[in-house]
Amino acid sequence: MLGFLLKRAALALAVAVTVSIISFLLLRASGDIAVAVAGEGATEADIEAIRIQFGFDRPLIVQYFEWAGNALTGDLGQSVYFRVPVVELIGERMPVTMGLGALALVFAVALSIPLGVAAALRPNSIIDRLSLWIAVLGQAMPSFWFALLLMLVMGVWWRWLPISGAGGFDHYIMPAIALGYYATPAIMRLTRAGMIEVLESDYIRTAHAKGLGTGKVLFKHALRNAVIPVVSLAAVQFGFMLSGSIVIESIFALPGVGHLAWISLQRSDFTVVQGIVLMLSVIYILMALVADLFNAWLDPRIRVA
Amino acid sequence: MSEIPILKVEDLRVSLPVDGGTLNAVRGVSFDVNRGETLCIVGESGCGKSLTSLAIMGLLPRRAKREAAALAFDGQSLQGMSPRGLRKLRGDRMAMIFQEPMTSLNPAYTVGDQLMEALLTHRKVSRSEARARAIALLEQVGITAAERRLAQYPHQLSGGLRQRVMIAMALMCGPELIIADEPTTALDVTIQAQILHLLLELKREMGLALVLITHDLGVVARIADRVAVMYAGEVVETGTAAEIFSDPQHPYTRGLLSCIPVPGRTRPGEHLGSVPGVVPSLIGSFTECGFRERCPLAREACARPIGLTPLGEGRAVRCVLAETEEAAA
Amino acid sequence: MTDMQAAPAASPTAPAPGPGKVPGKAPAGPWARMRRRSLRHGGVMFGAIVLLGFIAMAFLAPLLAPHDPLSQSLSTRLIDPFWGAKPHPDHLLGTDQLGRDYLSRMIYGARISLTIGLVAMVISGVIGTAMGVAAGYFGGRIDHFVTFVVTTRLSMPVILVALAVVAVAGSSLTVVVLVLGFLLWDRFAVVMRSATRQVRDHEYVAAAQALGMPVSRIVMSEILPNVLGALIVVATLEMAHAILLEAALSFLGLGVQPPTPSWGLMVSEGRKAMFFKPWLIAIPGAALFVLVLAINLLGDGLRDVMAPEGRS
Repeated sequence: MLGFLLKRAALALAVAVTVSIISFLLLRASGDIAVAVAGEGATEADIEAIRIQFGFDRPLIVQYFEWAGNALTGDLGQSVYFRVPVVELIGERMPVTMGLGALALVFAVALSIPLGVAAALRPNSIIDRLSLWIAVLGQAMPSFWFALLLMLVMGVWWRWLPISGAGGFDHYIMPAIALGYYATPAIMRLTRAGMIEVLESDYIRTAHAKGLGTGKVLFKHALRNAVIPVVSLAAVQFGFMLSGSIVIESIFALPGVGHLAWISLQRSDFTVVQGIVLMLSVIYILMALVADLFNAWLDPRIRVA
Repeated sequence: MSEIPILKVEDLRVSLPVDGGTLNAVRGVSFDVNRGETLCIVGESGCGKSLTSLAIMGLLPRRAKREAAALAFDGQSLQGMSPRGLRKLRGDRMAMIFQEPMTSLNPAYTVGDQLMEALLTHRKVSRSEARARAIALLEQVGITAAERRLAQYPHQLSGGLRQRVMIAMALMCGPELIIADEPTTALDVTIQAQILHLLLELKREMGLALVLITHDLGVVARIADRVAVMYAGEVVETGTAAEIFSDPQHPYTRGLLSCIPVPGRTRPGEHLGSVPGVVPSLIGSFTECGFRERCPLAREACARPIGLTPLGEGRAVRCVLAETEEAAA
Repeated sequence: MTDMQAAPAASPTAPAPGPGKVPGKAPAGPWARMRRRSLRHGGVMFGAIVLLGFIAMAFLAPLLAPHDPLSQSLSTRLIDPFWGAKPHPDHLLGTDQLGRDYLSRMIYGARISLTIGLVAMVISGVIGTAMGVAAGYFGGRIDHFVTFVVTTRLSMPVILVALAVVAVAGSSLTVVVLVLGFLLWDRFAVVMRSATRQVRDHEYVAAAQALGMPVSRIVMSEILPNVLGALIVVATLEMAHAILLEAALSFLGLGVQPPTPSWGLMVSEGRKAMFFKPWLIAIPGAALFVLVLAINLLGDGLRDVMAPEGRS
């Protein structure tokens, strides 16, 4: 168990370092930062001074290590537009994005696991076909279009929910549905496949032979084993949702990290974009790591080795 | 004779829909098992032994169809029984031990949890009582450090240990009937002997009835009171163990018996008998004796479906030779 | 990060002879059976017909489009489509805020989506297949390295990275295609890796190795023909993925630039008036939806058709 844990952590660390190099290079490739920092109307001399002051004249590798060192202490630089530390900007908005992501994941799981289980119980039945169609249609729906349709129908025609901005919980419902539905087909298919496989296994027959009720066989003996791979998938999907939040948050004007990324891109505020890329990647890496550990905990064959 | 058999099976049929027709895997099997008696069902793989046992327990795959003239446990018909009623019997008064100990335990739960579950489902007992019972049974099936084993997961145990756990699990509620489907096939030879010995001992101590399904005649010789030989979904010969071994009637039974080496009589290197050929297709119904293609004594008269000929109390054989002898007698 | 199971059940078809080996001969058994099954498979037929329809529309755009997709006219702004309240016979699908014919823009828009989908799919297919086959064939360190690269790529937020690169490099059709091509190879790599591993252990590969055939020949004549089935399935799914991403990028204003008629961009432009003229977003969105649905159904169907036995 300890060996497994260390190996996973080492891999996660290596990936995180690689990602940090890529996001560092992304900013450098965006043009001369000194010009951006100096702002409009700066003279050549001003820019040169800034270049030396910020150390942009030194070799890239030295700059990377300085930047990475700062990043480790929580300093991701200053926003050119807002003139405040990037960490502060992201920190203010992270709760919105995390809340949205969590709600979206809850929505996705709450929809896809029951459907997947129901489909697995009666393959080729109406419910199986219905859930298959939900999956097929869901995968083909452009997320921004789905979001706009939701807005139009639930927000404008039926007037159930507010269509933009951040306020109470109700402001999160439509964005969470729009973000979460994209993860449902994959989770549903995996649940269905896992359940079908587990239901054919010998230990399910043993459970029936013991005289257990259907509910106990399904939920205690089958689902527990079928859900193990779903946990990893859900974590991965959560990572994708954070990435997808940029579309959804900008549509619903939800002031989260995705929204910040979008406005920063429009203002060419690449220090912020770089910080967000790094942040979202690290969150994804951590999620995957946590999912692996959670998996190991769920599966005694890994936990008690 | 007035005693009600613990298990009565009459004309049991199991069929499965397949590409190109219906696979009649079990074709009218009948037998009774009395209290405290051991019945061995013998036959090659694919002859319908396992499906017979699953059909009795009501554990057939969903697409399989079961029919029977009678199927009764202790006088209660299992056919019209509600799923709820059946669940009450399963694991309580009749229990089953499966062929694959490696995969028959749920990997996600501890041995203790799975053992106690059987008792907690059927009896109003506390967890500590269930635990005590689990420990006692683990000790009885020969597992040392039983208390520690309760906290272990199946993957931490060897195949032999897992099968002992499965046996203990079947015994949790003190069943009157145990159906064991090739319980030793997946195990090492030395472990096989231990497990069989254990089953015999338990049976004697607890007075339970046992239906043992096997393809191993060596096992049958050691444990059986009565024997049913199955071939291609049918029972081809029944009788007491002594009758079957000393006076086999059906050519298939004789073929099977010639396959086992006898200590002292079979010389090293001597050629063992074998039954040549393969089992006929089980799709559709037979138009001739199912064994005809492989039978050394086949003749014209075999070109029709053959019925069972009773040869006495609990003794019968499915062969034209027996029919003609009886007619001659 | 152990997201290696994303592979669609890749089942290389039975050891069919490499196409190069039997030149000019009729397709061997497995392929004939596949074609027969395809013709009976509803998803494959629907997907293929709709996709071919869109391709024909893209090719014949100048012939089919009733108007110039770019020509604006202030007098014909926001005309309703034929089912609307005030339709106009000249503009079947109405006009947008600048008076441009919506049907013509839709027809030309198919060109953008299909071009981006195809080119990005080819680029990412080449990259991903090379990586996946190398990892699957050689195993060992190369396999570890590829797995690491794929894991790294998966941990980066695709949409954000794509947007950032487009923002840095300047947005044009070429840049969008290249960015998507260089970002979407992960699934190719994962699927090709597992498919190659399965094929690698077959006897005919060992036989080729024993004959001293160079690796490049083995890969071209023994491996690739046998992982082709899996490759086609991923290719369709990735094409759909690229089309959706282009639309999202254009929708966010960092993809194809106006006045080019891209469906994603049209949704974005129509959004300002969507509460009064919902068809402005409904039409291009529905076109995207139908195109992606067709491609996905084709891909899913091909996977069913190529599976050795029809697993539901």
